[in-house]
Amino acid sequence: MVHIATVVPIALTVGANRIVPAIGIPYPLGNPNLEPIAEKKLRRSIVERALNALETEIEDQTVFE
Amino acid sequence: MKKFRVVHYINNFFAGIGGEEKADIPPEMRVGAHGPGLALQQAFGEEAEVVATVICGDSYYGENMESAEEELLEMIKEQSPDLFIAGPAFNAGRYGVACGAIAKAVQESLDIPVVSGMYEENPGVDMFKKEFHIIKTGNSAADMRHSMPKLATLGMKLLKGDLIGSPSEEQYHTRGIRINYFNDKRGSLRAVEMLLKKVKGQTYETEYPMPDFGQVAPNPAIKDFTQVKVAIVTSGGVVPTDNPDRIESSSATKYGIYDISAYEAMPSDVFTTIHGGYDRTYALEDINRVVPLDVMRELEKEGRIGSLEKYFVTTTGTGTSVGNARRFGQEFSQKLMEDGVGAVILTST
Repeated sequence: MVHIATVVPIALTVGANRIVPAIGIPYPLGNPNLEPIAEKKLRRSIVERALNALETEIEDQTVFE
Repeated sequence: MKKFRVVHYINNFFAGIGGEEKADIPPEMRVGAHGPGLALQQAFGEEAEVVATVICGDSYYGENMESAEEELLEMIKEQSPDLFIAGPAFNAGRYGVACGAIAKAVQESLDIPVVSGMYEENPGVDMFKKEFHIIKTGNSAADMRHSMPKLATLGMKLLKGDLIGSPSEEQYHTRGIRINYFNDKRGSLRAVEMLLKKVKGQTYETEYPMPDFGQVAPNPAIKDFTQVKVAIVTSGGVVPTDNPDRIESSSATKYGIYDISAYEAMPSDVFTTIHGGYDRTYALEDINRVVPLDVMRELEKEGRIGSLEKYFVTTTGTGTSVGNARRFGQEFSQKLMEDGVGAVILTST
C-alpha cells in the first residue's frame, strides 16, 4: 500500500509506511490552477512516484518526495 | 493587579467566516475575543483579557504550514501576550494540527505558556501532546461549554506557575512525560503483587498503559509490477451520484465498493463526492483529482502495471472513528486479497 496524502504529518502519525505527498487537500492528485493537459501530467507524475515507492524496499516509514 | 493578556487562535468556521468553502482563507487578526473566545473570556473573568483573536483557514494552514506560521507569529507577537490558547479543535483533524503547530511555535518563539483542546482521536493529539498541554474534549463543538473553562483554568495555572497535577486531575491528554516520585512500596514489590494478581485472574491496574499506535511492518517491495493487479482505495468520499449505500459525509459507518471497469476516466455525471471535510468544488469538476482513474488506465494500457481492479473502495475519512476505519480496512482487505489484488494506492483529501 502507498498513501497519497497532502498533510504528510497526518499520514505519518496514522502509520502509513510508504507516503507520497499530494498537491492540495481538495485536490490531492490535481491542481485547478493548471491547464488540463499539464494537470494530467502532474497527476501521472504523482501516481508514477507512488508506483516507484511500492517498488522500493524500506525499513521504516518513508516519505517519497 | 495585572490583567494577563491572552491571544486566541481559531479557524474559519469558529470565526463565523464560513465553512469548507472558506477553509482557504489566509491568516488574519481581529481585536478582542470572537466566537468561542467569548466563552474563553467569560471563563477568565477579571484575571485575564483576550486582547486579540488570530484566525486562519484550516486548508490554508495545512497547505502553507511555514508561511502561515510566520504570518501568525508576527500578528501574535505584536500583542505581547502572556498566554496563548488554540482552539479547542475537538475532532477536526486539520484544525487540530494547525492548533498544535501554531501553539508549539508560539511557545518556542515567545516563551509563554500555551494550551489547546482536542478529542483523543484528533491526529493533533499524538503529534503535539509532548510539546504542551492539550485538554481532553468531546468529539464535537457540542462540548464547547464544558471544555473551554478547562482550557482557561489550566492556562491560568501555567501563567501563575502553579503546580500542574496529573493528566486525570487536570483533564489533559497524557503527555508521556515521566515525573519521579517516591512510592511507599518499592517497584519490585509492586511488580510481584501485580503479577500474583494476574496469575490468580484477579483485576489489577497497570502503572503504565502501552500506547496503541497500530503500526504495521512495511511490506516488501514489488519486484515485477507487470504481474500485479492494483486497486484504488480512497478516503475522499467518492461515491455514485445517488450514494446508493448512503455513506455518511462525516463519521462514516460504512464503506462502498463500486465498479469502474466501464470507464477510462472517472465521469462526473456518474460519480460525485459526499465528503463533508473538504471543499468539494475541485473534485466535482474532475473526480480524477481524487480517484486517479484516467492515469491508472493509461498505465494499465502501457503495461506499467499488470492490471487495474475493476472496482474501487471508498469511504469518508473525516470524523470516522479509528475503530470503524480499522474494521473497514480489515474487511475490504480480505476481499482485495481474495480477488488477487497485489497493491493498493490509497488517496486521501
